[in-house]
Amino acid sequence: MMSSTEHNYETKSYDVIVIGAGGAGLRAAIEASAQGASVALVTKSLLGKAHTVMAEGGMAAALGNLDAADGWVPHFKDSIRGGKYMNNWRMAQIHAEEAPERVKELELWGAVFDRTPDGRILQRAFGGHTYRRLAHVGDRTGLELIRTLQDKGIHSGIDVFMECTVTNLLEENGQVSGAFGYWRESGRFILFKGKSIVMASGGIGKAFEVTSNSWEYTGDGQAMAMAIGAELIDMEFLQFHPTGMVCPASVKGILVTEAVRGEGGKLTNALGERFMKNYDPERMELSTRDIVAKAIYAEVRDGRGSPNGGVFLDISHRGADYIKRKLPSMYHQFLELGDVDITKGPMEVGPTMHYTMGGIRVNPETQESPTVKGLFAAGECSGGMHGANRLGGNSLSDLIVFGRRAGLYAAEFAKQQTEMLPIDNEKVKGYAQALVEPFERKGTETPYPIHAELQHLMHTKVGIVREEKFLKEAIAELAVLRERAKKARVDGSRAYNPGWHLAHDLINMIDASEIVAKAALQREDSRGGHTRLDFNFSDDKVWRHRTSVASRATDGTLTVSYFDKPQMPKELVALFDKAEEKTAFETEGKF
Amino acid sequence: MMMIVSDAHTNRVANFHVFRGNPDENGEHIGEVVNYEVPLKPGWVVLDAIHWIQANKQPDLAVRWNCKAAKCGSCSAEINGLPSLMCKTRLDHMPADKPIIVKPMKTFPLIKDLVTDVSWNYEVNKKIQPFTPANSNVDTWRYFQQDADRVQEFRKCIECFICQDTCHVLRHHSKFDKFFGPRFMIRLAQLEFHPLDVADRLKFIKEEAGIGFCNITKCCTDRCPEQIRITDNGIIPLKERVVDRFYDPITMLLNKIGLG
Ligand SMILES: Cc1cc2nc3c(=O)[nH]c(=O)nc-3n(C[C@H](O)[C@H](O)[C@H](O)COP(=O)(O)OP(=O)(O)OC[C@H]3O[C@@H](n4cnc5c(N)ncnc54)[C@H](O)[C@@H]3O)c2cc1C
Ligand code: SF4
Ligand code: SF4
Ligand code: FES
Repeated sequence: MMSSTEHNYETKSYDVIVIGAGGAGLRAAIEASAQGASVALVTKSLLGKAHTVMAEGGMAAALGNLDAADGWVPHFKDSIRGGKYMNNWRMAQIHAEEAPERVKELELWGAVFDRTPDGRILQRAFGGHTYRRLAHVGDRTGLELIRTLQDKGIHSGIDVFMECTVTNLLEENGQVSGAFGYWRESGRFILFKGKSIVMASGGIGKAFEVTSNSWEYTGDGQAMAMAIGAELIDMEFLQFHPTGMVCPASVKGILVTEAVRGEGGKLTNALGERFMKNYDPERMELSTRDIVAKAIYAEVRDGRGSPNGGVFLDISHRGADYIKRKLPSMYHQFLELGDVDITKGPMEVGPTMHYTMGGIRVNPETQESPTVKGLFAAGECSGGMHGANRLGGNSLSDLIVFGRRAGLYAAEFAKQQTEMLPIDNEKVKGYAQALVEPFERKGTETPYPIHAELQHLMHTKVGIVREEKFLKEAIAELAVLRERAKKARVDGSRAYNPGWHLAHDLINMIDASEIVAKAALQREDSRGGHTRLDFNFSDDKVWRHRTSVASRATDGTLTVSYFDKPQMPKELVALFDKAEEKTAFETEGKF
Repeated sequence: MMMIVSDAHTNRVANFHVFRGNPDENGEHIGEVVNYEVPLKPGWVVLDAIHWIQANKQPDLAVRWNCKAAKCGSCSAEINGLPSLMCKTRLDHMPADKPIIVKPMKTFPLIKDLVTDVSWNYEVNKKIQPFTPANSNVDTWRYFQQDADRVQEFRKCIECFICQDTCHVLRHHSKFDKFFGPRFMIRLAQLEFHPLDVADRLKFIKEEAGIGFCNITKCCTDRCPEQIRITDNGIIPLKERVVDRFYDPITMLLNKIGLG
């Protein structure tokens, strides 16, 4: 244990500091470096292991390789309709326009996508996408994306800091000046001075009991950004993916890719009924995730669930060869972890917390925070692109489109700064002291049971369906958990100490959870990834135009208010005809 | 079609022998095996038990993991002596009466407990010339699934470095400065077999990557959690290309009959 009075740290200086080495962070770092900036890429796990590696089904881009009618307009409209018109329209437009270029660029850098019969990039159908749109590699598209960017990145002159956790951002008068953190291996502190920062730290899924997310998803970026004045938007919208594994308990929550449905998988309840016909007869299994997840929830609630509290998903009619070729990871995952051969019979599946639609508020063109100069954000930690519900495949394309933009504009911002801002050493010492303080606590409780309780609380009271009573209880209980977390004891030394790491991450998860609960309480409306049993309808007059904005007040409290969102220009509105608009909403209120 | 979970094995208390320790100045693994009794739940994998130990007995027990879904390749360790992914090793498939021994990968320097320093692998990767296409006009590129298949097999690699841990050239002979190991043999194979790559890495494969050190024991292939046929599909074809280039038939013949 270190003495609490003296804290040494090494100092590094870069034009651009990128926090997070998933698809968004890597793409940002590559771009910033290409613009001539010196770049530090900091990640709390090893390079190539970020959450992005888990992505399965594909990345959406209107290449039109199979369906020539596809283009940015249909992709844009699908994203907006899937997002229940809550998306930042400009981000959705940029995303649809730029995704094809970004995907082709991956091929140029060595990605090997599945091929069409005439030798081009193959695309598959996915929920909510009108055309076959997802470029993919079997069911391991995320691995292909991250490895391609990793292999490009290591030859781009970027300095990579692996297993290095950032705990605090630094600012001077509303402009970023650096980032502070520790090496996981040794527990030693490190200070990065920087002219601009790209946050690419991912989501908050680890605050939930049943989740497809990796341990990294503790909301660090959201909490750190808020601490220096950034805002979070749309945090009430969480995506519960309809198909996670449900048994055995050990694998509960692990994702079953939507590609199973994209390749023709059928959902049935205990009565053998293809129940999606009661919720979205037109699109059936390929309806959007929010609708399929709530349909499964309703089937189980009403007693038509499978033995382990899910429903059945069957792909076996496609034949063993096809399944093993197109869904190899799913085949092995079920065989090895679930004792089920999916080429022979159905799997049991149920909803799992999967994606954080909301996040750090950014300028749609540059990805810069409107309230903190020099702070950029991209990927899952940023908000706006996906509105109330993300379409499958739209995240991986989001990472490369907005990762690139964040890197580009962060480098540009850095170029405009003549020198580094000064660092307040007293502040840094305060952060260091706060980090080692848990070693001095005498409490009996470690952070682990508090984390488990947080996950259970969020799952049961701020989960797939919500109600005023439970949301209020959750907010009160979160305050209690926060006090317990502040007293949680840490044993051992600072060297690679997961208990110590969790003690800190836990506070970030509680921050993020509190905002989700507060935003969810205020939105008296149901749409996309937010369903209120006590307001079980989409109140378009009031709520369709409003976005939640959360921030940290000067006294430290977390506050949420609602504002009108940017209005889509007329020429884009004109792309949607009335009938289409209607279908985007008509399935709400059936749960 | 229904779940089969055998109760006989799952509701038991298992005895875990987990390595705990710190490195000496050379990264040698200095420490001891600590005994933990862990009540198992149905379907648990080794990583669940390690997490149980962290939450209930040893909050600072160091373990590296990310996905717990066999996708990221972070949680490699040696389970009962076999290099394996902790999140993919089911406990109900293991004998009930014997302790389960969990140790860090032996081939790499220790950081703490079950975590090793695998940074050497990242250094090796940097030395490899990346994908080099003949032209950058992707819109004109055409190649077929059967060409992609051959490359995609190697691109399934999750960089768990279990093959590196297994290979005797690294594990027992520590030829870190002479041999890149099976992981990077297939990285090289993947680039060499890419239908559109035009770089020539054969000299490099022979001289820098040290392909000659591999004597085709196939131990790496046996342990690969992604079932990549590292030796048969990667190393052997690469060796053939190297031989075709660098050894003329007469030398080869003399070599074979021991006169070379
Ligand atoms: C199982 C699964 C399957 C999916 N399949 C698909 C799919 O098929 N298609 C699709 O479009 N999307 C899919 N998604 C969603 C998609 O994978 C993610 O949204 C996306 O990968 C997030 O990427 P990112 O770059 O924002 O962050 P990540 O890849 O999560 O990276 C976050 C990075 O930030 C780092 N970090 C976090 N906190 C800190 C800190 N404090 N200090 C330093 N570093 C930090 C982490 O170490 C990591 O490097 C899937 C998600 C899951 C879980
Ligand atoms: S086959 Fe070659 S690379 Fe694989 S373990 Fe044996 S010697 Fe090592
Ligand atoms: S080849 Fe197999 S064993 Fe080796 S690193 Fe890759 S996945 Fe792991
Ligand atoms: S934790 Fe990712 S492979 Fe085991």
